[in-house]
Amino acid sequence: MSRRIVKVYPFFERFWHWAQVVLITTLLVTGMGLNGLHGLIPFGPAVMLHTVAALALLALWIFATFWLFTTGTWRQFIPKIDGMLSVARFYAWGVFKGEEHPYHKILWRKHNPLQAATYFFLKWAIFPAIWITGLIYLFYGVWDCGAGSSGVLTVVANLHLLAAYVIAAFIIVHVYLLTVGHGFRAHVRPMVTGYDEIDLTPEQEAYLETNEPGRIKAG
Amino acid sequence: MHWKTTVGACVAAGFVLLISGAAMADTTPESHPTADHSKFEALKREFASGPEVTAACLACHTEASDQVKHSIHWKWDYEHPDTGQKLGKSSVINAFCGNVASNEARCTSCHTGYGWEDMSQPPPQEANAVDCLVCHDTSGEYTKLSTGAGHPPMEAKGQTITGADAWPVNLSKAAQSVGAPGRENCGGCHFYGGGGDNVKHGDLSSALYEPARDVDVHMSADGQNFTCSTCHVSEDHVFAGSRYNVETHDTLGTGLPGHRRHVATCESCHGDTPHPVNLKGVKLNDHTDKVACQTCHIPEFARGGVATKTVWDWSTAGRLDADGKPIHEDDFVQSDGKHLHTYLSTKGDFEWGENVEPYYAWFDGQVRYTLQSDEIDPTQVVEVNKITGSAEDGVSKIWPFKRMVGRQAYDSQLNRLVFNHVWGPTTDTAFWTNFDYAKSIEAGMKAAGAEYSGEFGFVDTYMYWPITHMVAPAENAMDCAECHAEDGRMVNLAGIYMPGTDSLSPAGMLGRALVVLTALGVLGHLVLRLFAGKSKGDDHV
Repeated sequence: MSRRIVKVYPFFERFWHWAQVVLITTLLVTGMGLNGLHGLIPFGPAVMLHTVAALALLALWIFATFWLFTTGTWRQFIPKIDGMLSVARFYAWGVFKGEEHPYHKILWRKHNPLQAATYFFLKWAIFPAIWITGLIYLFYGVWDCGAGSSGVLTVVANLHLLAAYVIAAFIIVHVYLLTVGHGFRAHVRPMVTGYDEIDLTPEQEAYLETNEPGRIKAG
Repeated sequence: MHWKTTVGACVAAGFVLLISGAAMADTTPESHPTADHSKFEALKREFASGPEVTAACLACHTEASDQVKHSIHWKWDYEHPDTGQKLGKSSVINAFCGNVASNEARCTSCHTGYGWEDMSQPPPQEANAVDCLVCHDTSGEYTKLSTGAGHPPMEAKGQTITGADAWPVNLSKAAQSVGAPGRENCGGCHFYGGGGDNVKHGDLSSALYEPARDVDVHMSADGQNFTCSTCHVSEDHVFAGSRYNVETHDTLGTGLPGHRRHVATCESCHGDTPHPVNLKGVKLNDHTDKVACQTCHIPEFARGGVATKTVWDWSTAGRLDADGKPIHEDDFVQSDGKHLHTYLSTKGDFEWGENVEPYYAWFDGQVRYTLQSDEIDPTQVVEVNKITGSAEDGVSKIWPFKRMVGRQAYDSQLNRLVFNHVWGPTTDTAFWTNFDYAKSIEAGMKAAGAEYSGEFGFVDTYMYWPITHMVAPAENAMDCAECHAEDGRMVNLAGIYMPGTDSLSPAGMLGRALVVLTALGVLGHLVLRLFAGKSKGDDHV
């Protein structure tokens, strides 16, 4: 094993991430306004902005899903129990002792086990909850029928709201954890440049140097 | 509704609007009729009375009188098809002057006929007792005397139904001018209900004779230049539009030639998905299943510079000055500087309002009156006309109303509202000349043939007037935040989910708790990192 600087985040993945940052921030800010938490944006324009951002995010997610499956990247997001405990122990104990993070990125495994499990939960539970309730909410005019519609809408809207709060909580932890370990800038940089230091097996190293020299920096 | 159908309906509605817009331009009274009544020999003569003119009209328009007599304009009597209540001006009690019975010649000054002087009898039977000119005079020459049981003034004495000084009406000139009714014809009575300009409805005032575009986008010359009857279509002299049995929904529309002509709703022309098919329009259309068009498009009533009466307290009436003379106070100043009375010995205390924010309620179009024979609960505010509807019935929508606040006389033994004899300059019982409730109520009840204990008190009342006129241009429609806010206009309405009104709902509280706990957890973690470990190894914050 040797540590090399390798491109782990291709352009689309970085675009996907930063587009999500912009769109989800927009959705959270406008959504909080629509919920009555603040009055920074007038209600009507906030509805329009929220709707446009939501539709853009859905389009992005359709592309991202397509990308995940055609490139095989989806495997990165399959959670594994193996190693999860040691990561959890690190965040709960070791980090205070100044220990090293127990997980090291490898070529086909960018996320530590806890991270992968979190993303898995986000992608399979929270994101579907927000976009399914969001679409039902948005297309009220298509399904509304008489007196019961308000009751259904109340349930849908509250689920939408709860899912949004869970996402907000995720973002707080997500951003905070960037400060753990090598520090904020070191953690953000790979998502900007695409390159990160990871452990390569000799075979992977040889493969990259021979077949994809652009992905690996001279060691 | 299916998505495609919705879009289809939107497109169709837009198309119909284009066509009907063009058609309406041709049906205004300025179009060219085939008869010029000023060339009719039968009308080139002196007329001594209204009925004489009517007789001349009927010589050609043989069925007109019979048609008018089938209308509520004539009958003042209406049996509600759902509630079975006997309504109409001849029987109901309102929160304004109260009742017609015993006050006939004053109240029937606005009857579309001549000489109805006894409410216990039907209107006069003669064919020429119908008043053609009040609706068809286009010269502005014709009017009715305020106390003449429907007759026009024939000398310069007294007042007209609009409160102007009376003039001797030139009936010949009026008769030769007849045409389709204009807004002056309808407005002469309907703008002055309740005893003065805009007193009663709040959305019908003299401001609608020549409204600016922002006062009424349909009636303004800078808008569609509609007359009343552009929307209030008629068939055989019976007009669409009822306050007793409101058509709140119309999915068929009047649209094309040959279609039925008895509905005057917004939807009749605009459809139920009236906003354009774009992101904003589709979201606005989502409102139309629960919110009446009027709710957003008439943000305030009594616009255009004419105030409406909002409170009328009869209980203080009768106070006289030291000399025993009636007094008046004029402490409300309208936006045009005109002072409006706030106390009259004859009528009590008043409050007025201009640009008034409506009261909102679920409304299915039905109204149940508190009739004189109905028992009331004087410990509660009595609803003179109860509007029905609820969020649960699937047909009601949120409507704007003028909620008139009243304090009116009632029979304190039998717990019923009472008829009051207010007008009658020659009687010794009429309140407006004798200021004695004991006498005037007894006389009113006697005239109406109603049971009366002889004891009276005063009870607080509400009366609801659906707001549907003074539609503002689209750009002046109500802003979203008027309702979508914590203290929005519909804060008291149950049965609807309205985003933005309750960020402290259970889900909202749960979510906030989650975010706050997460933030505290992260903060705690950070503090521990900073103080416990003292950055050994490679942990750099």
